[in-house]
Amino acid sequence: MTSATAAGGISPVQYLQAQNRWRWSEIAFWLATLLPFVLAPSYLVLASQIAITALFVLSLDLILGFSGIVSLGHAAYFGIGAYTAGLLSKYGWGEPLTGLVAAAIAAGLFGYVTSFIVARFRHLALIMITLGIGLVLQEAANSAGWLTGGFDGLQGIHTWPLFGKIRFDLYGYTAYSYALAVLFLVFLVARRLIHSPFGLALRGIRENGLRMPAIGASVHAHIQTIYTIAAIIAGIAGAVLAETTETVSLEALGFQRSADVLVMLILGGTGRLYGGLIGAAVYMVARDQFSGINPQYWYFWIGLLLIGVVMLLPNGILGGLTVLARRLKVSS
Amino acid sequence: MPPVFGVLFDGIAYGMLLFLLSVGLSVTLGMMNFVNLAHCSFAMVGGYVTVTLMNAFGWPFFATLPAAFIVAAAVSVVLERVFFRRFYRSSDLEQCLLTIGIVFISIAAAAYIYGTTNQPVQLPAYLHRSIDIAGLNLAVYRIVLIAIALAITALLVVTIEKTRFGAQVRAAVNNQRMARGLGINVDALFAITFALGSGLAGLGGALAIEIIGLDPSFALTYLIYVLIVVSVGGLGSIFGSFAAAMVLGVADVAGKYYVPAFGAFLIYLVMIVLLMWRPTGLFGRR
Amino acid sequence: MQKFFIGVAGLTLALLGGGGGATKAEDTVKIGMISEYSGQFADTAAQIDNGLKLYMKQHGDSVAGKKIEVIRKDTGGIAPDVAKRLAQELVVRDNADIFGGFSLTPNALAAADISAEAKKFMVVMNAATAIITTKSPYIARTSSTTPQLNYILGQWAAKNGVKTVYTMVSDYGPGIDAETWFQTGFKEGGGTIIGSVRFPVANPDFSAFIQAAKDKNPDAIYIWIPGGTQPAAVGKALAERGVDPSKTKVLGQDALGDETALKSMGDAALGIITVSDYDYSHKSAMNQEFVKAFNDEFHRNPDFFAIGGYDGTHLIYETLKKTGGKTDGDSLIAAAKGMAWESPRGPISIDPETRDIIQTVYIRRVQKVGDKLQNIEFDKVENVKDPAKARMTH
Repeated sequence: MTSATAAGGISPVQYLQAQNRWRWSEIAFWLATLLPFVLAPSYLVLASQIAITALFVLSLDLILGFSGIVSLGHAAYFGIGAYTAGLLSKYGWGEPLTGLVAAAIAAGLFGYVTSFIVARFRHLALIMITLGIGLVLQEAANSAGWLTGGFDGLQGIHTWPLFGKIRFDLYGYTAYSYALAVLFLVFLVARRLIHSPFGLALRGIRENGLRMPAIGASVHAHIQTIYTIAAIIAGIAGAVLAETTETVSLEALGFQRSADVLVMLILGGTGRLYGGLIGAAVYMVARDQFSGINPQYWYFWIGLLLIGVVMLLPNGILGGLTVLARRLKVSS
Repeated sequence: MPPVFGVLFDGIAYGMLLFLLSVGLSVTLGMMNFVNLAHCSFAMVGGYVTVTLMNAFGWPFFATLPAAFIVAAAVSVVLERVFFRRFYRSSDLEQCLLTIGIVFISIAAAAYIYGTTNQPVQLPAYLHRSIDIAGLNLAVYRIVLIAIALAITALLVVTIEKTRFGAQVRAAVNNQRMARGLGINVDALFAITFALGSGLAGLGGALAIEIIGLDPSFALTYLIYVLIVVSVGGLGSIFGSFAAAMVLGVADVAGKYYVPAFGAFLIYLVMIVLLMWRPTGLFGRR
Repeated sequence: MQKFFIGVAGLTLALLGGGGGATKAEDTVKIGMISEYSGQFADTAAQIDNGLKLYMKQHGDSVAGKKIEVIRKDTGGIAPDVAKRLAQELVVRDNADIFGGFSLTPNALAAADISAEAKKFMVVMNAATAIITTKSPYIARTSSTTPQLNYILGQWAAKNGVKTVYTMVSDYGPGIDAETWFQTGFKEGGGTIIGSVRFPVANPDFSAFIQAAKDKNPDAIYIWIPGGTQPAAVGKALAERGVDPSKTKVLGQDALGDETALKSMGDAALGIITVSDYDYSHKSAMNQEFVKAFNDEFHRNPDFFAIGGYDGTHLIYETLKKTGGKTDGDSLIAAAKGMAWESPRGPISIDPETRDIIQTVYIRRVQKVGDKLQNIEFDKVENVKDPAKARMTH
């Protein structure tokens, strides 16, 4: 059997290659992420936390947007990554890059183990089981106060200078550069993964899981793989947070964080990689601004924002922007 | 009788409360697949209605209960007409986002109007007492709560099993398309069921003040417990919600009495185990 | 396509540009209040803020020739990464001179790092964990510490006829802290702990735990729970399980006797003994004026959160007066050390060694005054330093 040609006339390999080409809008996006250095240097710490959250949202997009696994407990892996990096630093090894590796391994292991459960369920049962795992982990972390520092949080984290030379400064230049670099590199990996046969299989599973084995793609194996990868990425994001802020507390693996990241992803638009990044940026900037205007009732404005987006922009902000862009293209 | 039975009694009362709070969500989720995370906001509305009527207008407690039901139901009807019905065909995630937005707004509104403290409610003295039955100290309030919940359960079961309306609800939950094909006005049915379910949540919220307190974060805090009851019980099943609420209420309390170190975990572990055994819930379909 | 991206960029810039960039005026002093203005701890932040507002209203908004500006930042709850970022932004973006607020320990600890690095005077107005003041040499505290209150209660109980105690606390930092120090104080006074349990943090229903305590038949039950909905729930569980506070002493910290809790518990609360640094029923002329002014302004009674905010603001004002308006951390903290004054709660001072608060600790009992339930002080211990730091070997 020669390489099949789709009805449109291109081979599968060509299709994937076409998908993988960098659009200039993507290049513009990444250039824009450098703007805060120049235009808003007093916001760099916020920018670094947006980059970290964007990485976390990206990991959720891989399982939710592309594979259809709805998880309400994804912060578990973020928290494990954060605590691993934090504990490593507390007990004497504060080198940031190896901290990332350790966090990735720890979160990945836990992700692999839980993926056996996750792969077997769908719909509401899956949501509640992931929620349950997250809540149990949160309680366990609280009980293991001797290890995690409990409610007060992990104390004594000191991150060594990056590459032995670049200190993490008060203004956040190093923090943002570090977080952005990690985000970009992991994003490249995720992008390559999505525009590959593996990525296509995931989308197939999302659309019609029953059909996939018929064309030779094992659903379980794929889900377990992507879930582990997503856990690794979430762990890395957690580690970057621990290293740049030198704090870790229970809320890193809490329900609030899992819920927030889900909201950000839906807000930005699922299944588009960039949707998650935009959702994280918009939500966190909006929250920061609303909170500054009115510390007690910012909830109200965020609620309004969410309702507005759902009513006006189906498929999230990125979905809406895409529709808008298409209309502009048609008219111009 | 050994004191553990007193504790179990409290667990059953707690379970009944969870049932009242959850049954509405179970039925609407099962019927229309509309993910309404704002369900506990309606419960909160009911609670605040009771607080306002009692503290500002001096109504007696029991008189505020029907008011809590009606106001919560009314608010839900308005929201359903204005917002929710446009999203019945939307994806689950969009419904999530929409209803979470409403939850946030409701929390902010409650904080603005009532402040952020826990709301005190002055129940008549006879409700504060305990009576001695077979050597156990049983709180009068919990006995009343169980009685009300059982009465409502009986009413619900009778409605569902014996009335035409109930038959239509069962049909719509079982197979919506078929029900429409038979000429049942599923949209109207859903609107009524949604109002009833939210009203029950409001009633639950009012009854809950005495047991678990009321402050603006109620809408989010209890959402988790309600989701646990709904998922373990099975969507669309009244009996399922009842059974799940009982199991969880008793397991929670028994766990805290016998193995307090695991007290917090137990309810989540029980949920995980039950869902792994029966993913669609104890009495769910599909 | 080009146009809309420029639009997006513009929007982002507008959003970012709109919020920041305050310039420093040489004659203002900026206080950055980092607190939990939203979320489940919102009420404590509101009361602290009320204390601050009342003090500023009574004493004007300028000190030592400089105008006081208050910038409020919300952490939303337990969020040390956010607290740290807010502190950093207050320094870098808003040029704040002093930090204030802090209800939660993790947030205070995170902000302490910034206080130390940027050398900013930081006044902790509520968070009660002992180690907080050790995290930065520029921190002073005007509320209380958990060991300070609970150690005294333990000692008091042992001296006042309580031989056996069953302790019950919430299973998280402050609760465990309280348990440790109560038990230390009690055992050092000669008492015996016959059992203990820790509740899950967000526990709605206490009857199982109370029953287990009752089964052991102790002289007293010691309960520590955070404020909010739990004190009322505990009170009800006590009543329902038939624990009579006049026979089995019920001991606790201030939150157990909080005003809304007492209203919900009703007469079941009579006889509960609590330890605190402040209650609005404290009998002194200064306090009666304070309570009246507070009620006139905010239509509610002050509590121990409000007094932390009020005294914290006093500390800021007085240190500024003492330094003649200089706002650098070193001058302000030097001025704060050893400062003593009469507060509506009684005499207080800032320990020059630990920069923590030294105050009178009151033992109160819930009694009916007229038709209201109040915590009436009936015993006290004066000049209590934080015992935790006294024992730390440095």
